[in-house]
Amino acid sequence: MTQSRTSILDRIWILAVWTFVGFFILNLAAIVGAVAVNSVATRWLGTWLPKAYTWHWYADAWSEFQLGNILTVTFEVVGAVVLLSGLLGVPAAYALSRRDFPGKKAVMLLFLLPLLVPPMTIGIPLATVLYRLGLGGTIWGVILANLVPSLPFVILITIPFIDQIDQRVEQAARVFGANTLRLFTHVLVPLLTPGILAALLLVLVRTIAMFELTFLTSGPTSQTLVVALYYAVSAAGVRAGQSVDAMAMIYMVTTLVWLVIALRFVNPTQIVGRQAAARD
Amino acid sequence: MTGAALPRRPGLRERLARRGLDGTTLLVLPAALAILALFVFPFIEGLVLSFLPKQGGPLANYAKFFGDPYLWKTIPTTLGIAIPATLANIALSVPVALRVRRMKRQRLLTTILVIPITLGTVLVAEGLLNYLGPQGWLNRTLMALHLIDRPVRLVHNYWGVLWSLVIAGFPFTFLLTLSYVSGIDPNLERAAATLGAGPRARFRTVLLPLMASGLAITFCLSFVQAFAVYPSAVLVGAPAGSTRVISIAAFQAAYETYDDSLASSIAMIMAAIQLVIVVLVLAGRSLFYRGPAGGGKG
Repeated sequence: MTQSRTSILDRIWILAVWTFVGFFILNLAAIVGAVAVNSVATRWLGTWLPKAYTWHWYADAWSEFQLGNILTVTFEVVGAVVLLSGLLGVPAAYALSRRDFPGKKAVMLLFLLPLLVPPMTIGIPLATVLYRLGLGGTIWGVILANLVPSLPFVILITIPFIDQIDQRVEQAARVFGANTLRLFTHVLVPLLTPGILAALLLVLVRTIAMFELTFLTSGPTSQTLVVALYYAVSAAGVRAGQSVDAMAMIYMVTTLVWLVIALRFVNPTQIVGRQAAARD
Repeated sequence: MTGAALPRRPGLRERLARRGLDGTTLLVLPAALAILALFVFPFIEGLVLSFLPKQGGPLANYAKFFGDPYLWKTIPTTLGIAIPATLANIALSVPVALRVRRMKRQRLLTTILVIPITLGTVLVAEGLLNYLGPQGWLNRTLMALHLIDRPVRLVHNYWGVLWSLVIAGFPFTFLLTLSYVSGIDPNLERAAATLGAGPRARFRTVLLPLMASGLAITFCLSFVQAFAVYPSAVLVGAPAGSTRVISIAAFQAAYETYDDSLASSIAMIMAAIQLVIVVLVLAGRSLFYRGPAGGGKG
């Protein structure tokens, strides 16, 4: 329709936009690529690519940073956060989807605020409270801190999925004598599996990458992978750069495997999709 | 009152149910209590604690923060990083989103762009240290092209933090902007084109007013993230100098001088500044058109 009227200036503009996108992706690839190449380099100084390659930095990183322990802690934290935010979040989403009650707006605001306040702002007062309760530096403190953004996230992602389920299905189950627990286990959870799976996978990916809250509440025995990586990078010079990058690659692979799985169930825009809920 | 209820009068349980309060509604309680305990309570506790300094009267922490240039100067420093980064991300996102929304196969691009968001700023910072370092690929390329004679210092300064905020922030802003422009009914633009409006006139008079509200929210969300920048300000910035942001001051108060009270005050000041900017932006938004931008997409 407007093709015939596209002027040269417009074509230059379109070209400029795509050049920028290409340039951005190229830089992104180079940033990730530089970490990947360095992690398998014997020595890399003053050349485009290293002279020789080796895998031994991965073994070094594994033992130097005690990655076995760190990965165990990471998956314990992530598993507990996913489980707890699912168990608390899905019933809450159900109530918010099905009932209109006085104060519902206030409850929605309560679940929106933790997603809008940056983790560094809430992390410091939260860490103070957790340390006073004796939970600071423990794995439970880290799990509780990570629930702050995860639980509202599960609720806000699950609500639209519940809205789509026909209420008559539930009424039929009620007529046949199902109580709320049976309604959940036999009717709602099977119907909601795609939505719950999407929400929990997103929480999983976000919790692996959640730096600030874990950083502020963890101690030496409760560090997750991303916090350990931060300490390794900030203490540059103490360890070989290649071994830090080998650790960065292990972190990257751990995160991206789950991202790929998550993207089978969700649209990439949902990962930043808290604004969709904020608009309602 | 319940004792005098007439036989016809419905019981308390039924009256509550009519207002939407029954067993199902109670399912919201565990989650609400968890957020009250883990978010609202620490926030109030932090606010109270900020008025109970180690020494001096209730306002001593705030007086100390605004009296010590080493502390209060973190505010202009942080704003000086966060505002340009957010504006740059939005300025880059809008033209790209306007082109991408017409593509049939957006999925590949959105998937690539979600990667830096997922990996987070710590990994991006480590990558930038390699890529932008004096022996990194970017400096080598620029020298091979004879654009520069010697490596340019791109990390461990202000620019390092700005790059990291663009690398992690542009995809975030872009995906938000894309979801807003996808919600604009294409018929509105076609109507404008039929009436003879060129691409630039269509952007200025149709798209921009419709996007303004979404862009204001995008600005707020991106700004709040950038304002709380921490890991990249330490790793690729100059944390003792040009990128000593307010998060660093709060962290040092809490974990290096163990002054919980001062740390809480700084966290409250951070929250207050974020709130002021968000309120200003959202108030400015009402100057633009606010209404439906397209057919029924909520």
